[in-house]
Amino acid sequence: MTPLLQVKGIGKRYGARIGCTDVSFDLYPGEVMGIVGESGSGKSTLLNCLAGHLEPDAGQVIFETRANGPVDTVTMSEPERRMLGRTDWAFVHQHARDGLRMSVSAGGNIGERLMAVGDRHYGNIRHKAIDWLGRVEIEAERVDDRPTAFSGGMQQRLQIARNLVTGPRLVFMDEPTGGLDVSVQARLLDLLRGLVREMALSAIIVTHDLAVVRLLADRLMVMKDGRVVEAGLTDQVLDDPQHVYTQLLVSSVLQV
Amino acid sequence: MIELVNVSKRFTLHNQGGAAIPVMEGACLQVGPGECVALTGASGAGKSTLMRVIYGNYLAASGQVRVGGVDVARAEPREILALRRETLGYVSQFLRVVPRVPTLDVVAEPLLAVGSDRQAALDRAAGLLRRLNIPERLWTLSPTTFSGGEQQRVNIARGFAHEYPAMLLDEPTASLDAQNRETVLSLIQEAKERGAAIVGIFHDVAARERVCDREVNVSDFTPGVAA
Repeated sequence: MTPLLQVKGIGKRYGARIGCTDVSFDLYPGEVMGIVGESGSGKSTLLNCLAGHLEPDAGQVIFETRANGPVDTVTMSEPERRMLGRTDWAFVHQHARDGLRMSVSAGGNIGERLMAVGDRHYGNIRHKAIDWLGRVEIEAERVDDRPTAFSGGMQQRLQIARNLVTGPRLVFMDEPTGGLDVSVQARLLDLLRGLVREMALSAIIVTHDLAVVRLLADRLMVMKDGRVVEAGLTDQVLDDPQHVYTQLLVSSVLQV
Repeated sequence: MIELVNVSKRFTLHNQGGAAIPVMEGACLQVGPGECVALTGASGAGKSTLMRVIYGNYLAASGQVRVGGVDVARAEPREILALRRETLGYVSQFLRVVPRVPTLDVVAEPLLAVGSDRQAALDRAAGLLRRLNIPERLWTLSPTTFSGGEQQRVNIARGFAHEYPAMLLDEPTASLDAQNRETVLSLIQEAKERGAAIVGIFHDVAARERVCDREVNVSDFTPGVAA
């Protein structure tokens, strides 16, 4: 099996400060990897470098494209990268507002991505939009409402529907459950887990919530000061942490 | 099927003065198909630690941990995940599930993960739940709200849903009533008959004597105790 994504020596500096440095890993089809670390550890910088939102100073991000096999997305042209962002990749932002068009109806938000990949039949688009609203547990009758009329949890689910409707193979998630109520979080996590399994998605999830990674991620990378300090099987890293920082992180979680 | 060669394990507590605590040294174990080996030793001797090392949940400091041809001590995460999906089952003492998932799906999940037909998986799950006396009216509910004993039985049903060639059982009969205990023992017996290699922790001596072929005292692997 070939990796879906090969990350080699990615680094990003902000002037003299290190955003992230020397990050390498392979992600295989169907694998979900979590990245944890405190704020400022470089996890979001890394995610944005991987997803093509930030240009890294060093390294390669090689994605196994459907048409042309492995391609370095750092050096590909902007239009190509944008196309990838609409088809094979998806990005779920922490704040649903960053990933949605707030002035367009829920159905329009989902339909826009379909149209971006060439769907033109209004009936089909609306049908798919309603189907996806159902999958993320939003009632079909809300299809014409704007996301401004939705609760935070609903907005987040709508963002997920909008991202997954085109059947991406790799999903980047930046704190997907951050800022939501625990009960809403549980529902979202359950939903994400089901979709990841059903669609055989690969995903990279940045979070500072260890419970989220335990539930969703197969593998875990722990970052501190821009570097990966520990990586491995999620339950092994959490139950038998080796690095001083991971031990501190794990032992700092309050038991419920 | 399961073979441990000279396995050691130590915990280094960086945040507590860097204390290094060796908990296991020179652990060797061999379990063949159809065999059930009981781990014995006082509380704290390292029975659960040894099981976790075999499952890849704890990182071995040295030695080999071979399960079905994979060296768990050195394998990549995805190799261990594949091993856990296909080959190596683990019935822990506690059920850990995602909230909201119905009991029947929780039990069928390991079968679906290896690509079983959905209906066949649900049928098998239903059969196991019935054998373990989980009332049918509870099957559509999430087990998170069940009593401790019910959760444990759901956990056992889940552990036995897929016919793993190797299994780890952490006190599978603890706190079960006589009838359910009997069911679990026959599940273990059936697994042995189909050729599963089993490592178990049983505090229940009568249960241990019935299903286990050998005992291994983990105190022999405790550093500083065994000469």
